[in-house]
Amino acid sequence: MDKGKGVMGSGGRRWGVDFSDNSTSRDIPDPPGFSRASLDQDDSTLSRQKKDAESNWKAQKAWEVAQAPLKNLLMMGFMMWMAGSTVHLFSIGITFSALWQPISALQSVGKIFEPYKDNKVELLGPKLLFIALNLGGLALGVWKLNSLGLLPTHTSDWVSSLSPAQEVEFSGGGLNLG
Amino acid sequence: MAMAIRVFLILLLFLSSTNLGYSLYEDQVGLMDWHQQYIGKVKHALFHTQKTGRKRVLVSTEENVVASLDLRHGEIFWRHVLGTDDVVDGLDIALGKYVITLSSDGSILRAWNLPDGQMVWESSLQGSKASKSILYVPKNLKADKDDLILVFGKGYLHAVSGIDGEVLWKKDFAGESIEVTHIIQSADKIYVAGFFGSSKFYVYGLNADNGELLKNDHTVLPSDTFGELLSVSGDKFVVLDKIRSKIFTINIKNGEIRYKQKPISDLIKDSSGQAVILPTRLPELFALRIDSHVFIIKVTNEDDLVLVDKINNAASLSDALSISEGQHAFAFIQHESSSIHLFVKDVNDWSGDLLKESIIIDHQRGNIDKIFINNYVRTDRSYGFRALMVMEDHSLLLVQQGEIVWSREDGLASVVDVTTSELPVEKEGVSVAKVEQNLFEWLKGHVLKLKGTLMIASPEDVVAIQAMRLRSSEKSKMTRDHNGFRKLLIVLTRAGKVFALHTGDGRVVWSILLHTLRKTEVCEHPVGLNIYQWQVPHHHALDENPSILVVGRCGPSLAAPAVFSFVDAYTGKELKFLRLPHTIAQVIPLPYTDSTEQRLHLIIDINQRAYLYPRTPEAIDILQREFSNVYWYSVEADNGVVRGHALKSNCIQKVVDEYCFDFRDLWSIVFPSESEKIIATATRKSNEVVHTQAKVMTDYDVMYKYVSKNILFVANAAPKARGEIGTATPEEAWLVIYIIDTVTGRILHRMTHHGCQGPVHAVFSENWVVYHYFNLRAHRYEMSVVEVYDQSRADNKDVWKFVLGKHNLTSPMSSYYRPEITTKSQSYFFTHSVKAIEVTLTAKGITSKQLLIGTIGDQVLALDKRFLDPRRTLNPSQAEKEEGIIPLTDSLPIISQSYITHSLKVEGLRGIVTVPAKLESTSLVFAYGVDLFFTQIAPSRTYDSLTEDFSYALLLLTIVALVAAIFVTWVLSERKDLQEKWR
Repeated sequence: MDKGKGVMGSGGRRWGVDFSDNSTSRDIPDPPGFSRASLDQDDSTLSRQKKDAESNWKAQKAWEVAQAPLKNLLMMGFMMWMAGSTVHLFSIGITFSALWQPISALQSVGKIFEPYKDNKVELLGPKLLFIALNLGGLALGVWKLNSLGLLPTHTSDWVSSLSPAQEVEFSGGGLNLG
Repeated sequence: MAMAIRVFLILLLFLSSTNLGYSLYEDQVGLMDWHQQYIGKVKHALFHTQKTGRKRVLVSTEENVVASLDLRHGEIFWRHVLGTDDVVDGLDIALGKYVITLSSDGSILRAWNLPDGQMVWESSLQGSKASKSILYVPKNLKADKDDLILVFGKGYLHAVSGIDGEVLWKKDFAGESIEVTHIIQSADKIYVAGFFGSSKFYVYGLNADNGELLKNDHTVLPSDTFGELLSVSGDKFVVLDKIRSKIFTINIKNGEIRYKQKPISDLIKDSSGQAVILPTRLPELFALRIDSHVFIIKVTNEDDLVLVDKINNAASLSDALSISEGQHAFAFIQHESSSIHLFVKDVNDWSGDLLKESIIIDHQRGNIDKIFINNYVRTDRSYGFRALMVMEDHSLLLVQQGEIVWSREDGLASVVDVTTSELPVEKEGVSVAKVEQNLFEWLKGHVLKLKGTLMIASPEDVVAIQAMRLRSSEKSKMTRDHNGFRKLLIVLTRAGKVFALHTGDGRVVWSILLHTLRKTEVCEHPVGLNIYQWQVPHHHALDENPSILVVGRCGPSLAAPAVFSFVDAYTGKELKFLRLPHTIAQVIPLPYTDSTEQRLHLIIDINQRAYLYPRTPEAIDILQREFSNVYWYSVEADNGVVRGHALKSNCIQKVVDEYCFDFRDLWSIVFPSESEKIIATATRKSNEVVHTQAKVMTDYDVMYKYVSKNILFVANAAPKARGEIGTATPEEAWLVIYIIDTVTGRILHRMTHHGCQGPVHAVFSENWVVYHYFNLRAHRYEMSVVEVYDQSRADNKDVWKFVLGKHNLTSPMSSYYRPEITTKSQSYFFTHSVKAIEVTLTAKGITSKQLLIGTIGDQVLALDKRFLDPRRTLNPSQAEKEEGIIPLTDSLPIISQSYITHSLKVEGLRGIVTVPAKLESTSLVFAYGVDLFFTQIAPSRTYDSLTEDFSYALLLLTIVALVAAIFVTWVLSERKDLQEKWR
């Protein structure tokens, strides 16, 4: 998603070369096999074409951004495997970063897909994929947490600090005082 | 990288676990622990003040200690603590170099080397009949060049060689059925005198060389006699007649008995009280006590009696001391209100005093019980005297020239019961501690410590550091500390004296000889029984001082009336005392306190009535509220019955007493008397805190502990196997243990150990009991553990119930729910026999437990409860290993580093007391016997505090260095920036 941001700054394109402009080179004969007719379109079609290309490009980029967490997921998976299943600083750090990344990504879904916002671009698909992949990452993190034994899923996790029940009766006594 | 981290972590774990021993380093000894040596109440004392060598006094005591004390400072040169049933009957010096002791009813004779206390020889003297035992070391009596020691014990007269302890000859008196009371030596003959019945007087003359009977004679006195026969001089005796109105004078010159009698009224006019002959040995004289007067009566050569002197208010008389040829001195004491007077008189010259001194003695020491005197030659060649005094509180004083030269608090050798009290809270403006250090001292100390840490300390510095650590004023302050290490140990001694010892250094903060436990006319033989925390103020009642309750009884029998004393725990003043109209069989501290934080106590008398204390209407209200929930059980060891009772109503008696309650019997468990006898019981400590009711197994499974305070462990032995080990065969010995609910009388668990016998020592904690006994088949001691679990709670396994809080595990529980119980148990061999067994207590019960075992060698061994886990298996799985389950072994390990008494011995160990500190990891341990020992232990290491040798100075230095470095680099970088800009 970083790459997408870099190319498509929030203000859109700053400059461009319009290859469709053909007004300056009328003298030169067209290369054989080239039909000018197809290029000679009116302005409205030209701008529509331009817009189409842009929205296509946006859609493509949006899908790319949506797929980005997959790489992350694989990377996390590898790190977790490396970290082992015992509780120590390293494994806990990795697990918590694995939990934190998807959560922060999910929080900023709207922001990430804002540059690709377009009437014609269907962003729901990429968004759903993005959310699904991040949820997958979250699930992986939770699974890791559980495999470390840090999730309170057993009864023992809930009762280990359960203070003993109070007793209703009191009884004292014993042998007679010597 | 992950691998590297793993390796690093494992290394870290390994390094930290190597540090995990329970042992101390040599320089840590004495930092948290203290040890005090005592000897007990002195029975016999002998001075040894020859010109050469050190001056010493040899003593034997009621705690069966034989010791040699430094006469200058009262320190112990050497000391031997004999066994509890090895009572010392006689003490003497033979051949000028051996200390001879006769013990165990005259059956063991030992010789100890005088300078160093090493045993030279021991002889066991056989006999058949129990009798009085007499040790007699004659002067210059030789048989075949051997110096003789004459011993009468168990019906035999033995002549023992003083050099090697060999029995030269013996004479049987068991057949004669006379009660031998005296052995007299005259030239080379030995006379043995005694009574048959109480009026027939016998004398036997024996040849000293071979014990051959030379002659015997007997006579019948005209009436029965009262009390002991007293030897006045070599061949003269005096004894009172039955009605104590006449004195018989018996002379056995040359083995022939002649006697005379004289009415006391002829000697002493207007004598009204009952006469008693005092057991003071004076040449040709004896002392007769009538009421508070002592009459000194001379026995003339014609066996006539002449009154010599009358001493008023005499408290104590010494034996006569031979100071020169034909000159004897003796001392007596007169009490006055604030001081005492010591008189030393010449036996033959009553006109003047050899010595008259007034001494002021702390009245908390009570009256003088015994006095022993010794003389020395002053520079002007006159005689000076020193007196060794045994006080009413069992302490020992040496008095010389009207001054107390030294004193020993030997009452502390016979601790009866122990409790603790918190110290006062440190208040601003009130300087309770006198030992506050100034800042310079503090800084100096920390610089020294830093030097030690950085290993640049010189040897002198090391010594200074060690000395500083040992006398750290921090630990002996008189205020409460944050960690709860500083407390007062309040001990009740057999003499009826209460001491408060500071846990920091073991010093006596205050002591009080309790008025109620002193001998008076109303209370002839008072006995101190127990000591309880009466008022423990905290929160709203902090302004008041805590107080303790001392419970005593006027006499050893259960039917004697009870006495109470309330003592302020800070000042040691007796707040009030009560002489109770009823008897006392049991004291039950109830778990309720009134608005002033006084604990409610129920006193059960022998008629099974309960009396409520404190006697206030508020206490009645509190009890009425809990009336139906208060139960009481009694264990009748003789009948083999355990009974349960509940409060019924106010007593039905003539005088209405609303603080008196009757009981109704609820249940009883009668053990079959032909096969079982109760030998031991154990219950949980009332102040024990349990952190959790669940025990998590390896596979995340949960077992619920059956944690109840109303639970009793009873161990029963087969009647034939109640005696010593070895008296019963394995077939006729068995041990049956019961775990009983004391509210309903339900037997929760019963188990039989075949071929096993007592003595049983048991300790109950949380949901488990550990007990120690002897296995006759394996010829070894064993320790067993039984853990009790509540099966009816086991189906509480639904996580959602816990998530939503829909469980009833913490709701109040009644014994009448009859929960289903399962137990797990396991037995292990244990090498030692055990004197006491206790378990560590911590503030919140989170820290793992250690068993404290008082071994036969008078040391205290800390054994992890993990070793006594019933879940130990031969091959524990990986998960079990991770949980800390130790592979099963047949015997419990004794790791020499885990002796918490390290190199010391708590001689005559009788009990161990543990008290939780405020710091969860730490437990305070006090072990008492003839010696006292105190230490702190942390069963799971001190995980919640920095170690004592943590260098704060180093930390401070590091921080300062870092801050300085930051500042310097900041300045440097600023300068560089400036230069850059100028460029």
